[in-house]
Amino acid sequence: MTPSNITSLQRVLTTLGHQEPDRIPFFLLVTMHGAKELGMSIKEYFSKAENVVEGQLRMRDKYRHDCIYAFFHAPIEMEAWGGEVIYSENGPPNSGEPLIHKFGDINNMTPPKVKDAPCLLKVLKTIEMLKNKVREEVPIIGVVISPFSLPIMQIGFDKYIELIYEQPKLFEHLMKLNELFCVEWANAQLSAGATAICYFDPVSSTTIIPRNLYLTTGFKIAKRTIAQIKGPTATHMASGRCLPIIDDIAQTGTAIICTSVIEDLAEVKSICQKKIAVLGNLNGIEMRRWTSEQAETFVKDAIAKGGPGGGYILSDNHGEIPWQVPEEVLMAISEAVHKWGQYPLDWTTIENS
Amino acid sequence: MISQDVDQFEKALLSFDRLAAENILNKSDGDRTPIQFIEELIVPALERLGTGWEEGRVALSQIYMSGRICEKLVNDILSPCVQKRTDQPRMAIGVLEDYHLLGKRIVYSALRASGFELLDYGQITVDELVRRIKEERIKVLLISVLMLPSALLVKKVREKLKETGTEVKIVVGGAPFRFDNNLWKEVEADAMGNNASEAVQIITKIMEEL
Ligand code: B12
Repeated sequence: MTPSNITSLQRVLTTLGHQEPDRIPFFLLVTMHGAKELGMSIKEYFSKAENVVEGQLRMRDKYRHDCIYAFFHAPIEMEAWGGEVIYSENGPPNSGEPLIHKFGDINNMTPPKVKDAPCLLKVLKTIEMLKNKVREEVPIIGVVISPFSLPIMQIGFDKYIELIYEQPKLFEHLMKLNELFCVEWANAQLSAGATAICYFDPVSSTTIIPRNLYLTTGFKIAKRTIAQIKGPTATHMASGRCLPIIDDIAQTGTAIICTSVIEDLAEVKSICQKKIAVLGNLNGIEMRRWTSEQAETFVKDAIAKGGPGGGYILSDNHGEIPWQVPEEVLMAISEAVHKWGQYPLDWTTIENS
Repeated sequence: MISQDVDQFEKALLSFDRLAAENILNKSDGDRTPIQFIEELIVPALERLGTGWEEGRVALSQIYMSGRICEKLVNDILSPCVQKRTDQPRMAIGVLEDYHLLGKRIVYSALRASGFELLDYGQITVDELVRRIKEERIKVLLISVLMLPSALLVKKVREKLKETGTEVKIVVGGAPFRFDNNLWKEVEADAMGNNASEAVQIITKIMEEL
């Protein structure tokens, strides 16, 4: 296939089938840069579907990457649950005070319905409008926070760790509620036109909990939840570690695993080989001060480690490019992928030997 | 003998076995002063957990839960003999224009579990922080953040302190600093710690120098 007649979606599907497409697919997961492009504050940008649609389309025209990212921000789910979103002028919004003050409050919670939550309907409208524009050409990535990771925002991180270890019944109850919500929210995005769902589950990362605890909690929850999501999923640890649990994650039914820059991409790739595709792992935080040369070096390194044989999508390691990353860096990354990412990757074997 | 006790203590912590941890303390009661107990058992055990986290063998939830156990143990044994906690330069910790308090909580309890006393400023803005440092004559300031924009604000704190000639050692930590090794220098901090046990090492060193 020549580059001119293959769409981004075909490129991605080929790599997910563990084959080499024409070039490495490349997801530039920009959420806020569209606001810069449109000359708006981040708050204003996220206030209307039309803005995000325009922002996402312009970003793709500019950087020629292979997806549309329908992610607004994590706290939007909390808004649906009745929580507060705190906007910032130079960064992503954060969620406000936790909704659960005492463990007992969990018994009185009911999950929101998507149709009753204007903030979620705005995301669905965004996806529908984007789908009308890009049709089957470009994958649209929707996002959910996993039922197992959402409670950090619902109850606070310290209380949540205590809940997991010390209140098994209430923990299970909260998971039931969150699973109901997560499945409905994921499927609503798929119905609106999303191609796949990114399942953010950093609490399952071995950065946050040990594997033995994961196997009795996050793993089972992911397996149950992903089975009910009617489309492909990518599991994202938001730059936490995944290496020690890759085989387990593969068993949850997910199609892609997103790895952190603190892990060796070549090692991750070799464990994932043919079982599950890999996405990652450029360092988004450090990216802010990269030169064009550094961007090229990091992209080449990632391609050499992740690219051979397909089953790899190049991206940052967190699932969101920080606001502070300059356009020049994003452009340099894009150019490097287009220059070095063409299959066959003959140069990698030459440079390795 | 000591390393065996540390092994056992670390094991007790990793399985959140508060009783086992207390037993090791009681068993060695006669042989060790409270301060020795802290320095020979708690600090090395927390240090091992920190290294374990760095290397991916230990998870944050284990660090948090063991921090809770140690903090309580130390409060129990130290309250009757507080001398170690007062004869040090004034120190404070704050979360700078950020909503994420867990990192600070872990570092705070590790420092207290290691016998240090410090003020807890909770969440705080740049201006408020600068005001309190001056008013309360803080000599060592720990700043914890989770968001990148908050990490970048440390530079503002430094600039404002410089304007008034206030000399403070600034020690920073939190995810953005872990992902960009140069960031702490860029924002003009004096040191950066990757985890709570590194915080203890850094503070121990600074306190010796001051
Ligand atoms: C779990 C996680 C989530 C969870 C929960 C987050 C939370 N705490 O509220 C979920 C999925 C909800 C989430 C959402 C988001 N996240 Co998040 N998340 C993470 C992850 C994986 C761990 C964060 C965490 O809380 N760790 C536990 C704390 C205790 O660890 P820590 O702060 O590092 O502290 C340790 C050390 O750093 C040190 N330390 C801490 N303070 C200090 C101080 C001193 C003086 C010293 C010496 C040491 C020290 O000791 C601590 C214990 O060892 C990190 C990536 C990572 N690998 O760290 C991203 C990360 C924090 N997330 C990030 C972002 C951006 C977000 C969102 C804003 C995304 C979005 N657009 O919606 C939201 C915001 C959510 C909210 N709360 O409002 C970024 C923040 C940096 C940035 N780009 O600005 C990170 C760093 C990812 C990345 N690599 O970019 N996230």
